[in-house]
Amino acid sequence: MYKYIWLVPLLPLIGAAINGLFGRKFRFSENLIGGIAVGSVALAFLISVAAVYSYGFGNPAHWPTPYLTSQDGFSFDWIPGGAVRINQGIHEAGAETPRYALLDVEWSYQLDPLSSIFMLIVTGVGLCIFVFATGYMHGEAGFYRFFAYMGLFMFAMLVLVMGSNFLMMFVGWEGVGLCSYLLIGYYFDRQEAANASRKAFITNRVGDFGFALAIFGIIATFGTAQYTQVFEHAKTFPMETIGHWGVLSWIALGLFIGACGKSAQLPLHVWLPDAMAGPTPVSALIHAATMVTAGLYMVTRTNVIFQHSQTMLLVVALVGAATAIFAATIGITQNDIKKVLAYSTVSQLGFMFMACGVGAFVIGIFHVMTHAFFKALMFLGAGSVIHGMHHEQDMRRMGGLRKYMPYTYWTFFAGWLAICGIIPFSGFWSKDEILWSAASTSQIPYGWVIWLVGTIAAICTAFYMTRLMAMTFWGQERFLEGAGGEADEAHASAYDKGLTQHDAVLASAGDRPRHEPGEHVGPVHETVAHHVGTHGHDLEHNGHRHGAHVPHESPRSMWVPLAVLAVLATLGGFLGVGPAFRLFTGAEHPGGRMNIVNWLEPVIWRPGGEAAGEHAAEHGSAPVTEGGFNLAHAVEHSTGNELLTEWIFIAISLVAAGIGMLLGFLFYVWRPALPGIWAQRLGPLYRASYNKYWVDEFYGWAITRRTMDAARAVFSFDSKIVDGIVNGLAALSRLASRIVGGFDKYFVDGLVNTIAAFIARLMSPLLRAAQTGFTQNYALVMIVGLMIAVVAFFARDIAHDIAQTLRGIFAAIL
Amino acid sequence: MNMLNSFIPALAFLFQQADAPQSRGALMWQSASHPDLSKFLVIGALLFIIGVAGVLTRRNIIVIFMSIELILNAANLNFIAFSRYLQSTGSVNALAGQLFAVFVIVVAAAEAAIGLGIVIALYRNKETIWVDEIDLLKW
Repeated sequence: MYKYIWLVPLLPLIGAAINGLFGRKFRFSENLIGGIAVGSVALAFLISVAAVYSYGFGNPAHWPTPYLTSQDGFSFDWIPGGAVRINQGIHEAGAETPRYALLDVEWSYQLDPLSSIFMLIVTGVGLCIFVFATGYMHGEAGFYRFFAYMGLFMFAMLVLVMGSNFLMMFVGWEGVGLCSYLLIGYYFDRQEAANASRKAFITNRVGDFGFALAIFGIIATFGTAQYTQVFEHAKTFPMETIGHWGVLSWIALGLFIGACGKSAQLPLHVWLPDAMAGPTPVSALIHAATMVTAGLYMVTRTNVIFQHSQTMLLVVALVGAATAIFAATIGITQNDIKKVLAYSTVSQLGFMFMACGVGAFVIGIFHVMTHAFFKALMFLGAGSVIHGMHHEQDMRRMGGLRKYMPYTYWTFFAGWLAICGIIPFSGFWSKDEILWSAASTSQIPYGWVIWLVGTIAAICTAFYMTRLMAMTFWGQERFLEGAGGEADEAHASAYDKGLTQHDAVLASAGDRPRHEPGEHVGPVHETVAHHVGTHGHDLEHNGHRHGAHVPHESPRSMWVPLAVLAVLATLGGFLGVGPAFRLFTGAEHPGGRMNIVNWLEPVIWRPGGEAAGEHAAEHGSAPVTEGGFNLAHAVEHSTGNELLTEWIFIAISLVAAGIGMLLGFLFYVWRPALPGIWAQRLGPLYRASYNKYWVDEFYGWAITRRTMDAARAVFSFDSKIVDGIVNGLAALSRLASRIVGGFDKYFVDGLVNTIAAFIARLMSPLLRAAQTGFTQNYALVMIVGLMIAVVAFFARDIAHDIAQTLRGIFAAIL
Repeated sequence: MNMLNSFIPALAFLFQQADAPQSRGALMWQSASHPDLSKFLVIGALLFIIGVAGVLTRRNIIVIFMSIELILNAANLNFIAFSRYLQSTGSVNALAGQLFAVFVIVVAAAEAAIGLGIVIALYRNKETIWVDEIDLLKW
C-alpha cells in the first residue's frame, strides 16, 4: 500500500487546482468547493493511514528502513545536476584531495517513521480543519479562493515532510511560506492583513536565507542532497564540541536559522502573532498545527548533523527556552483571544526546540503531535467563539460563554487541560518528558537552566490558558455591555489619525467572515430576534455596538471537528507513555511500535554508537559532555533511586501546572479585582509584556527605518547623480538639436521656401487662368485635345492622302 | 439624301487614287465608303458634331443633356451600322454592335435619370440651370 504515497500530496493539489482554476469561472457552489477540498484531503488521509499501517505493521513490515517511491519507479529526475567537485568540508581524517560526486536530484517521496508521523498529522488534523472551515467560511465571497490556497498549502506541506532530499524540502518550505502569505493576506482589502502577510513573508526570507545556505553547504560537503546518503556520510564526521565551529556546526547554524524563521523562534518570532490576521482555520492549520512545526521536522530530520555540533545543540536549547518563557510572559497580558493562542504557539514551539536542543528529538516530535491536537483544537474553538460572538475577538467582551456554546466549551476544556499538562491529557506526557529530558540531559551543559526556564514557562502557560478560559467561558457575561476596551481605543486612535469610525472598526475587528443579513447561521440564531436584522451589518451600521450580540453555538460542521480533536487531545498522549510509568505498564516505552519513542527510534542517531542502548535514544545518549552540574543526576544521587527521581520531576511539573491554574483561578475567577492591582504594582513589567517587549518597535526602528534610510540614500544617489548624468546628457543633446534645428529652420527651409515661393508666384497666374470653373471650357479643351490626338495619330495617312490628291490634281491639270 | 448619295462616291473616288500598299486611313475609308455603310456613318458623324457643338456652346444644362444624348445616339447609330455591314460580310461578331447599342441605351437612361436628379438638386440650391453661373470649382 505504501507504494501509493505519491498520491498523498497529489490529491490536495488536484483539488486545489480544480477549485482555484474553475471555482470562480463556473461559479461552484460552496457545497461543491467544500466537497472537492474536503474529499481530496480525506482521501489523502485515508491513503496515509493505509500506507503508514502497511509500512509499520504490515506483513512483512518495511518499518525501520526508509521507503523511497523511487524504488518502485514513482519518481523522476528532477535536477540532473551532473558531476560536482566536493572541495568543502573534507573532514580531518579524510584525504586532502577533492572528491567528486554525481549530483542528481530526484523527485521522490520518502516514507520513514518521521515523515509518516508528519503525514498523519498534516492530513488528519488538516482534515478536521478543512471540515471546520467549510462551516466557518460559509458566506465568504472568496470561498473558492480560500480552499484553493488551503489545498495548495496541503500539497506544499506534504512535499515538505515527504520529500526524500533537501531540495524537495526546500520546495515545500517555500510553498508553505507562499501559502501562508496568501492566507494571512486572505482579507487583502484590510491594511492590517496585507501588512501581516508581508511581514510573515519577509521575516521568513531571513530564515530561508540561512536554510538555503545550509543546503548549499550540504551539497558542497556531501555531494548529494538525498537524506539517506547525506546522513550516512555525516555519521562518519567527528564530533564538534562546544566552541568548535566545524563544517557541520555551520550547516546546523544555517538550518537552525531557517527553523527559527519558519517556527517563529527568537528573534524571528514577530510574524506569527501578526499572522492571526488570517481566517481562524488558517491560524489553526498553518500557524499552530503544521507549518510552524516544519522547523521541528527539519531539525529532527537533520539530527545527525545537529548532534555532531554540541554548540548548535546548546544554541537550539537556549533559543527554545528563551522563546518559551518570552512568549509565555507576553501571552499573559494579551486580550485578543487569537493573540493569546498565537503567543502560546510560539511558546510551545520553544518547548519543542528545547527538547531538540537537549537531544530528545523524539520527545520534540511527540510534542509536535500533541500540540497539533490541542492547539488546533483551541484555535478552532477560538474560531467557533469568534463565529458565535459575531466576529468579536476581544476577551474582555466575552465571558460566560459556557452556557451559550456548550460543545465549544467542553472541547475547549479538554484542550485547556492538555496544554496545562494535567495527567492524563496529551500535553502532560510530552511536556513532562521535555522537562525531564532537559533536566537529565548529558548532551549539553546547563541542562538545569533549560529545565528551570521551561518549568517557569509551564507555570505561565497554565496561568494564561486559565485566564483565557475564565475570560471567555466563565464569569460574567460581558458581551451585552457597551463597547469598551480596544474598540474604543481603536476609535480614539482613528479619531487622532483623522479616520472615520468605519475605518477604525475595520482596523480593529479581527478576522470576520461576512454573512448576509438575516442568513441562517446557527440553531440558536433564529430564536434571538433582535440581532437578525443587524447581523452582518454590525460593521457597516453600528460600530459602537459592535459585538453586542447574544452568542450562539456554531453549526455541526464546526463542532464535530472540535469533538474529534478533543478526543485526540485527550487521548493522544498515550502514544508516548514515558519510562516513569514502567511500574504500571511494564515497559520503558510500552506499546511496541505504537509508542512514538520506539517508532521514531531508527530515525535518531545515537552519538555514542549502537551500544548505548535504548535509553540513549530518548534521553539523548551517551555522555558527550563531562562535568558540570546535572540536575537529574544530582537529585538521583541524593535520593538514590532512579524511578523516584523521575516521579519527583513529574510531581514538579504537575505542581507547576497546578500553581499556574490556581493563580489563574485566583486572579480571574475568585478575585477579579486582582489583575488590575497587580498590573499597577508591576507597572513596567506589565507594560513590557502588554507591548510584547517592544520587539516590533525595535525592529521597526532598527531594521525597517534603517532599510528605508538606506533606500532613501540610494534613491537620492539615483535621483541626483544617475539622473543628473542622464538629464545632463539629455540637456546637451537638446542644445545640439536646437542648433541643428535652427540651421534647418532658418537656412535650409528658407532656401527651399524662397525657391518654392518664386516658382509658385511665377506659375500660379497661368495655371489659375486655366481653371475657369466652367465645365464647357474643360470639355472644349478635351475635344480640342482629342482632335489633336486624332490628327497626330493619322498624320502620316492624312499627309499621304493629301499628297496623293495633290499629285492627282496636278496630273489632271498638267 | 440624294445630295449625299452623289457626294460620297465622289469623295470615295477622290481617295481611291491611293496606291497599294494602302494606308490605314485609306483602308478605313474604303470600308466606310461602302454604299450600305457610308450614309449611316455620315449621319452619325453629323449627329456627333451637333452634339459636341451643343455641349460646348449651350448654357442651359437641359440642352446640354440633350446634346449628350445626341452624341450617344450617334455612337449607337454607328454601332448598328457596322453591325449590319458585318452581317452582310458574314462576320461572326456581327451581333456585338447591336448588343452594345442596347448597353449604351441602358447607360444613357441611367445617366439621364441621375443627371436630371442632379439638375433638380442643383436648381434647388442655386436656383439656376445655367452652367456659366455654376462655377463652384472656380476658386
